Amino acid sequence: MVARRVVRVPGRGAGRTFWADVGRRWRGSLQTRVVGTTLVASTLVVGLLATLLIGQVGKGLLDTKTQTSLSEAQSGALQVQSRLAAIPDLSVPQAVDDVLKSSFRELDTRGAVGGLYTVLEIPSAPDKAARVSETASPDDLPQRLADKLRPNGGALYTYGPVPDGLGGRVDGLIVGSVITTPNFDSYDLVHLFPLTAEEQTLSLVRRTSLIAGVMLVGLLALIALLVVRQVVAPVRRAAATAALLAQGRLTERLTVRGTDELAQLGASFNTMAQALQEQIRQLEDLSRVQRRFVSDVSHELRTPLTTVRMAADLLYDARDDFPPDTRRSAELLQNELNRFEGLLTDLLEISRFDAGATSLEAEMQDVTALVRRTVEAATVLAEWRGSEVVVRAPDVPVVAEVDAVRVERVLRNLIVNALEHGEGRPVEIAVAGDERAVAVLVRDHGIGLKPGEAERVFTRFWRGDPSRARTTGGTGLGLAIALEDARLHRGRLEAWGRPGHGAAFRLTLPRRSGADLGEGAPLPLGPQLVADLSRADR
Amino acid sequence: MKARVLVVDDDAALAEMLGIVLRGEGFEVAFVGDGSQAVAAFRRERPDVVLLDLMLPGLDGLEVCRQVRAESGVPIIMLTARSDTLDIVLGLESGADDYVVKPFKPKEIVARVRARLRQHDDVAPELLSIGPAVDPVTIDVQGHVVTRDGQQLALTPLEFDLLVALARKPRTVFTREVLLEQVWNYRHAADTRLVNVHVQRLRAKVERDPDTPQVVVTVRGVGYKAGSG
Repeated sequence: MVARRVVRVPGRGAGRTFWADVGRRWRGSLQTRVVGTTLVASTLVVGLLATLLIGQVGKGLLDTKTQTSLSEAQSGALQVQSRLAAIPDLSVPQAVDDVLKSSFRELDTRGAVGGLYTVLEIPSAPDKAARVSETASPDDLPQRLADKLRPNGGALYTYGPVPDGLGGRVDGLIVGSVITTPNFDSYDLVHLFPLTAEEQTLSLVRRTSLIAGVMLVGLLALIALLVVRQVVAPVRRAAATAALLAQGRLTERLTVRGTDELAQLGASFNTMAQALQEQIRQLEDLSRVQRRFVSDVSHELRTPLTTVRMAADLLYDARDDFPPDTRRSAELLQNELNRFEGLLTDLLEISRFDAGATSLEAEMQDVTALVRRTVEAATVLAEWRGSEVVVRAPDVPVVAEVDAVRVERVLRNLIVNALEHGEGRPVEIAVAGDERAVAVLVRDHGIGLKPGEAERVFTRFWRGDPSRARTTGGTGLGLAIALEDARLHRGRLEAWGRPGHGAAFRLTLPRRSGADLGEGAPLPLGPQLVADLSRADR
Repeated sequence: MKARVLVVDDDAALAEMLGIVLRGEGFEVAFVGDGSQAVAAFRRERPDVVLLDLMLPGLDGLEVCRQVRAESGVPIIMLTARSDTLDIVLGLESGADDYVVKPFKPKEIVARVRARLRQHDDVAPELLSIGPAVDPVTIDVQGHVVTRDGQQLALTPLEFDLLVALARKPRTVFTREVLLEQVWNYRHAADTRLVNVHVQRLRAKVERDPDTPQVVVTVRGVGYKAGSG
């Protein structure tokens, strides 16, 4: 079976976006929805009512007109008939004709007053002439009425076009009666009543209904708007306040007026905000107390540590005078004190980050120079571990606005880390930059990282393999501090690794201090070798 | 003659250890453990250098520093457990010449003390002048006297060293790092706030109007130089 596809007709774009816009407004605003619904529903109701009203008025007008017209026509016919009956001498040949003539004139004159009606007098005998009012014509008697008149007699009526007295034709009422003369001739006496006045009345009613209906619908929509605003405005305020709260402005509250449901909503909202603020304050207090404690402990440790440090130094300097065991003890004391001191320094640094008491002293720096300086400082360790450190950097300086002390600390951590886990194989370092960022990649070929470890290496005191002996005595905080340093620059520090293939750490920093780094980085993080990277570079 | 060091520290163990180390290096050492007695001890002992812990019972270390500085230019080295900017700047502004952050090594503290005790006895007679030619500040290096309009200006030894360093090379702009090396004897990069705070204090004494300095001029983005012309 062939799949059908909806083919969109080009050129309908504007219409589609208009309806999409309407749809979005409809869904997006309670106010629009309520007012819109009210508008549509009230238009329907008002339209229905107006139609009924106009129909009723029209029918009433027509009924009344028909009644009065019928009696008018009947009385006219009766009058003619009675005049004919009153002719004294039927032998005068002109008598009947005279009566008919004069009574016709009388009817015509009466009907002409106010344009009430026009008259036709049509003889049944074809040899006689018809009498008609000035603006009427014998054809104004519809054949269907004429056909009925003669057999039935009496007064019959129908609706049709009639002269309006001004030469035109309008809708009207046609009433016919049959007059019989004493000499047994018969005439159709036809009254033609134009419905001009009724039409005017009806159109006035129609116009008035339309105006009233439009006004009514408008007013209803306005009322709906007012009502919905009373509800929507507080809801909108609540939504705005909730957004502010979510942004961290915990002191924001709603103003509550009255005791209605919306006031209750506001009060509950405020209670919730209060509870939230208290919870957060408690958590903040707790974490502040904790951080303060860590900081105080670190500081309190410093004075005794200074004494111990000086005593140990004194013993260490004099170790050649001691017996072997005591000498070794002095050496161990010295080494472990160094480690202890490092740990304390790192703890203090971390507690400073936690307390937010850090600041960035950013200046224009050549990152390559920072890398080379750090590598130089790590020469002793590199020789001891038997690893060669290779730096591959562009010939031009890679300049960025960074805090040299912090960046050097990050680099030192990464390089020491790479040497420590590099198993004596070369450690490669690449430096690169693009318009937005600079990056340093430190790649080793040691034991690597197991899946999932790449994220956890930055966890405080995390150890890859607890059974592995620590030889260079890292504090376990180095990478955590490095990550904080990178974040302080609004940069990134990421790790990659695979067991047996080594690990790579990439530091990415924005060129301008505080600028947004975006997603990309000048160097890829992955299994690529640095040597291959720089070859591709050239 | 042995130089005298007054150790103001409430931690008995640390004070004793400092005593052992300093005596081992050939200094005479006196101790005081309470801030409120520190100034009296200072007057009694007449030390050549003061090691002052900022956290003291009795009288706050900053206040001790201020009172000692009010009556003497003797070098003061702060011992601080905090490397936070505010503490150090406050200490330097109270009159301290230098500071050491705990935990320090014996060699470190000895080097700091020696740097502040450098003898000026072997200095050859030398007369320097700094500042605008119409209103110069003159320095008698050997006599350790600074005058302007025949009026003697009371500078601490450190402020004196700083002024002499600038006056000796009137055409040279000194970076903060160079001044740290020449005046404070730091061999590698140290805290440049030391220089900033002491230049401010020096200006307060040698300038007619410290807000528009004419003797010690700032070279933006580089450092300081001697004023002239």
